[in-house]
Amino acid sequence: MDRILAVLKKEFLQIRRDRMTLGIVLMIPLIQLLLFGYAIQTEVKHIPTTVFDQSLSAQSRDMLEAFTASGYFDVTMTADSYDVVTHNIDSGQAKVGIIFPPDFAHNLKRGTSAQVQVIVDASDSLLANQAIATANSIGLIKSQQILVQKMPSRQLPYDIRVRPWYNPDGITAYFMVPAILGIVVTMTMVILTSVAIVRERERGTLEQLLVTPIKPLELMIGKILPYIAMGYIQITVALLVGVLVFHVPIRGSLLQLYLLTLFFITASLGLGLMISNIAKNQMQAFQMSFFVMLPSILLSGFMFPRAAMPRFIYYLSDIIPLTYYLDIIRGIILKGIGFEYLIGQVTALLVFSIFFLVISTLKFKKKIV
Amino acid sequence: MEYAISTRELTRRFGDFTAVDSLTMDIIPGEICGFLGPNGAGKSTAIRMLCGILAPSSGMATVLGYDLLRETEKIKPKIAYMSQKFSLYDDLSVIQNLDFYAGIYSISARHRRKRMQEMLELAQLTGREKDLVANLSSGYKQRLALAAAIIADPELVFLDEPTSGVSPTSRRQFFEIIKTLAEKGTTVIVTTHFMDEAERCDRIAFINQGKLMALDAPDQLKQQFIAGCMVELTPPDPINYLDQLSSLPYVKETSLHGSQIHVLLAHEEYMSQLARDCGHTPEPIEPSLEDVFIHIARLRKEGGVS
Repeated sequence: MDRILAVLKKEFLQIRRDRMTLGIVLMIPLIQLLLFGYAIQTEVKHIPTTVFDQSLSAQSRDMLEAFTASGYFDVTMTADSYDVVTHNIDSGQAKVGIIFPPDFAHNLKRGTSAQVQVIVDASDSLLANQAIATANSIGLIKSQQILVQKMPSRQLPYDIRVRPWYNPDGITAYFMVPAILGIVVTMTMVILTSVAIVRERERGTLEQLLVTPIKPLELMIGKILPYIAMGYIQITVALLVGVLVFHVPIRGSLLQLYLLTLFFITASLGLGLMISNIAKNQMQAFQMSFFVMLPSILLSGFMFPRAAMPRFIYYLSDIIPLTYYLDIIRGIILKGIGFEYLIGQVTALLVFSIFFLVISTLKFKKKIV
Repeated sequence: MEYAISTRELTRRFGDFTAVDSLTMDIIPGEICGFLGPNGAGKSTAIRMLCGILAPSSGMATVLGYDLLRETEKIKPKIAYMSQKFSLYDDLSVIQNLDFYAGIYSISARHRRKRMQEMLELAQLTGREKDLVANLSSGYKQRLALAAAIIADPELVFLDEPTSGVSPTSRRQFFEIIKTLAEKGTTVIVTTHFMDEAERCDRIAFINQGKLMALDAPDQLKQQFIAGCMVELTPPDPINYLDQLSSLPYVKETSLHGSQIHVLLAHEEYMSQLARDCGHTPEPIEPSLEDVFIHIARLRKEGGVS
């Protein structure tokens, strides 16, 4: 107990002395949230659009009006030939081209299909998907209006009513801010602890510690505890930014959020500590941290829905702590659910924490070679 | 008699290289034992094994009565180790470093303040408690590193080249501290390159190429290995003089010490003959440990020591 306390105190003193690390701990959540919270918008609106209208009729203007009214398409330039449309899209000035053929109004009046060509720059898949889906639904809605007018009962056979729960307005920030919080915490925790042991090895102080009566587990616990405090400081900063800047509603219990976050912090710290026990020097520790961070960001469900992943990758994402924490933090903040729905995730994080700590302790031999 | 350290055939290999080769020695409690030998002779490796931070390849040892292999953790509270790296935390203050090691050795709150005060005095850092270690000069760092290592009042202290890279004044002060420790009954193992320090040890262990060549008191070593009369010559061109001297039948050994030549004569009555043969007057001298060292190193080359 004395020994854990001694290590704990020493780590706190060293962190306090190290202004750089303190700055990183405080500034990273602030900057990352502000940057990504604003930048990451999965919903693409106001797509620059070029229009080549050969029909120049009331009907084509009506259709174009439907496109622009959706908010997804901004007509930024008109074209008077296919070549100009091609040029506008090739040069990147426009992402979408809408072309009305000369017989557009004529076909519509005659009752045959009136074609509209929509060219989409699919080199950006997120933007392309949005443009394609919106263009299709605009077509369907406009068609329905005409069909309904022709139908005797004037009623559509199906009526699907969608209710988007938890985030009815589809605000990206609500979804992203909790996830970024998770990423920021795990990233800083892993990087900070990944150098914890290896730095002492490099400085030669580890050799000195090995000659003392300290036990590996005592050293590990003493090294981890101060960073748990760091983790909570980060979470608090991040939540404040989320609530004050992005107006993210916290629907569940804040107390539960803080309690369950503990398991995520310890899992992240354990992972960092394990890296520190494996790495030979600080450079290796940094490289290993980044090696494990990238899959966390890409596979945890932060960027891409896990449901869309191939089976193998899906199972792979099961061994990433962030995967479980995203369920917890999105669950409590957005869905307002509590511990009773999150037992599985909490258990998983607990298992990770114990696993990493045990491996670290076993890997840490009180020998120098 | 219970030895402080007792090793039997203790060996450590790194791949094909044998750093410590069948080390068998007994260390008497309360003595200062100097490990003397050239760089890479295996002194540090031997000390690291005895501290329990490097596993031996073969052989056995007891340290303070405990089995080195099976009871390593029982040994650790009773020993101290200080390496030439002065393993202190540069970003902590003097007192914070001492406090850390006091905690690591579980020194009770009641004794802690007194003990830390003693250690501050030992390091001559009283009044500079709040100074950052990074700002201390190497002499202070060296004494603070020792103070931190021995804060728990160990029975056995290992010092691995503690005086490398510090000023001669600091080296003398440091050896005074070591002497004081030994007077209180602490056993001290110290490696050094400096002959003047070696002379002050109770016993010297000569180690060369991983092997223990001799272990005895400095005076005993001189008597044992330097049989005959040691004289010093100061010829104008010493280097070219060596071969000529060596060919004389009554000269047992020659070695160059700066501008002087040390000559070992079979007996002191050859002194006048040497004066006649070479035209210079030889001065009889006390053989130094360095002479012993050179002698032993030569024996090794010529086929070993009995």
